[in-house]
Amino acid sequence: MSAARKAELRLPRRLPPRLAGVSLALGALLPGLVLALAAGEASAFSVYVSNERGNSVSVIDSNTLEVTSTVKVGRRPRGITVSPDGKSVYICVSDDHAVAVLDPVTLKVLRKLKSGPDPELFVLNPSGNPLYVANEDDNQVTVLDIEKNRVIAQVPVGVEPEGMGISPDGKVLAATSETTNMVHLIDTATYKVMNNVLVDARPRFAEFTADGKKLFVSAEVGGTVTVIDPQTRAILKKITFAIPGVAKEAIQPVGVRITKDGKRAFVALGPANRVAVVNAETYEVEKYLLVGQRVWQLAFTPDEALLFTTNGNSNDVSVIDVPSLKVVKSIKVGGAPWGVVVAPQ
Amino acid sequence: MRRITRVLAVGAVLAAMGSLGVTTGAAQAPAAAPPPPLAIHIGLLTRAVEPPPLYDLKAPPDDEGLAGARLAIKDNVTTGAFIGQDFALDEAVLQSDEDPVAAALALAKGGAGFIAVNLPAADLLKVADALKPSGTVVFNIGATDDALRGADCRANLFHVAPSRAMLADALVQYLATRKWTRLFLVTGPAAEDALYAAALKHAAAKFGVKVVAEKPWTFGPLARQRGDTPTQADALVFTRGTEYDVLVVADEAGDFGDYIPYHTEQPKLVAGTQALVAATWHPAQDAWGSAQLQSRFLRLASRTMTQVDYQAWLAVRLVGEAATRLKSADAARYAALFRGPDFSIAAFKGVPVSFRAWDQQLRQPLLIAQPSAIVSVSPQDGYLHRATVLDTLGTDAPETACKMAP
Repeated sequence: MSAARKAELRLPRRLPPRLAGVSLALGALLPGLVLALAAGEASAFSVYVSNERGNSVSVIDSNTLEVTSTVKVGRRPRGITVSPDGKSVYICVSDDHAVAVLDPVTLKVLRKLKSGPDPELFVLNPSGNPLYVANEDDNQVTVLDIEKNRVIAQVPVGVEPEGMGISPDGKVLAATSETTNMVHLIDTATYKVMNNVLVDARPRFAEFTADGKKLFVSAEVGGTVTVIDPQTRAILKKITFAIPGVAKEAIQPVGVRITKDGKRAFVALGPANRVAVVNAETYEVEKYLLVGQRVWQLAFTPDEALLFTTNGNSNDVSVIDVPSLKVVKSIKVGGAPWGVVVAPQ
Repeated sequence: MRRITRVLAVGAVLAAMGSLGVTTGAAQAPAAAPPPPLAIHIGLLTRAVEPPPLYDLKAPPDDEGLAGARLAIKDNVTTGAFIGQDFALDEAVLQSDEDPVAAALALAKGGAGFIAVNLPAADLLKVADALKPSGTVVFNIGATDDALRGADCRANLFHVAPSRAMLADALVQYLATRKWTRLFLVTGPAAEDALYAAALKHAAAKFGVKVVAEKPWTFGPLARQRGDTPTQADALVFTRGTEYDVLVVADEAGDFGDYIPYHTEQPKLVAGTQALVAATWHPAQDAWGSAQLQSRFLRLASRTMTQVDYQAWLAVRLVGEAATRLKSADAARYAALFRGPDFSIAAFKGVPVSFRAWDQQLRQPLLIAQPSAIVSVSPQDGYLHRATVLDTLGTDAPETACKMAP
């Protein structure tokens, strides 16, 4: 990061809470910052945001931090991911009971995949195929061969499966069920549930560290993040959160992202309108970053310079500068932004 | 008594799951053969609904409560399959004059350690007292009487249904938030209506709004009249000469409350037991993932979920959630867990719900709803409480009249 950009990023440490909902407030206040970002950034990445109530995907340029396109993709888009080669963006269009495949160049929906009923979230095998889809309304995980558009297996899990994580070697799939309050560890060779770990109420998201040695599972109603050793299934730590002036009930962890070096985890805290910055080695919460309203999902740029957050109730995306841990901009997107992914190239 | 006992077998599901191990801590060695599942029976005691007339817009469904409990049993069975637990619902539907005590004892004798009861307060108390020796945990899923949470409280009785105090507080908090502070209270002839009116007056004093006028309703069940019946002139002029913001009706039987909107002298809003109401559940509710629950229920019952269904669902889920934690069928341990500080459950209300230690009432957010939309959710923003803002609804610890005999 250039010195000039560093200087520009020095923002007020704590914003008054009423600013949380004011979209574009930061961008409007800091026009110089955006320019600095544009100048300092080496390469631009495309950021894709699914808008649950907008039935669309907003595309953001990570350099200019502007929305470049908004594309209609189907009804109730939620989970969103991208192929390792960056050539396909996959979107759960829940009310169409399908996964839409978006061409990032033409921004056209190329085809729709057989996801099983009511797909909410999914994860791609690190090789790019298959896709593991949580069918929230049907208590199962659908394993989908993307090339052939063929269902390979359906794995029965608990009530309302949602969070889906895959180990870096692709061998273990973690699926959380929101009403059963468990994370199911599924063998991706046999499609059998190998083990179940009880976590707190309404587990929403599962994320492995890059070395595969830890699994972070957020519990929205329980208000915690459970860190599990996927080998022994031992619970290493239950991370709790406390924010002065925010009701305990409003702290509802959902999305989790961990830096590749395994040192830092970011946890979206829902209606607390904060992203927690957690030391992923000591599990201490280092900081709470004020973002938009009802923050759910997170995505890094591939260089981990920026982290994007979807804020469902303020209809915007907050941009966090990862090295400085500052919120640098909020970007207006479509109705009720849900998921976010950044293209790898 | 028409008694149906349905045991939902889970063998097929179990087989599909592969290994059944679950761990909350260290790894477990794989067992040679899985032990037989822990069987947990939950009873549901309700009274048969009178058959409706030829056409009744608001006829209660004949499986009200039962359908909610059946859905929760399915949810429990799915969860239990991973940890070697099986759940069954034992349903007992009383015919018109049938004695609830005999039916409750039969359920307990049949192995139900937990019974969800959808009966009026007097019957509920008889059941709770009869079940005291057996240690059966009783869930009240229907009666809103504050006395059940006060002087008539029982150690084996847990209230999933909200109290009238909670319903009134939730509604009045919303009116106070909107600064609609002058209420005109119209109370029906039934004893229940007087209890609801008393709860409203208590809530008004609690949240700083005024009951500026009060009248009894004396014109009969006009909400049930035919559309071509001439409207009674005295009912139309009934609200004349009163200055108020909101007319609040106390009509638990639904006889006249729906008549009042659009029949007031001035164009005024109506709330209370009809029009704008406080409720545990509503067909328009779809926040906090509850679209999932609504959809599952609709598929199972071919109708929308009522409050009693939701309360039945929640009672059965409370047992399921506690079973996951306790790994036991011993009802006494459940009761201790429920009334202790460490138990809560996700109930599609956005925040965990739990039991109050002082009267065993489930603390929960309440929806503020009009017939086809959610208007708000109470507790309202800005209300504060030393422990949890949910305890601004209903009787708080310092005011309780409950002296729980062990």
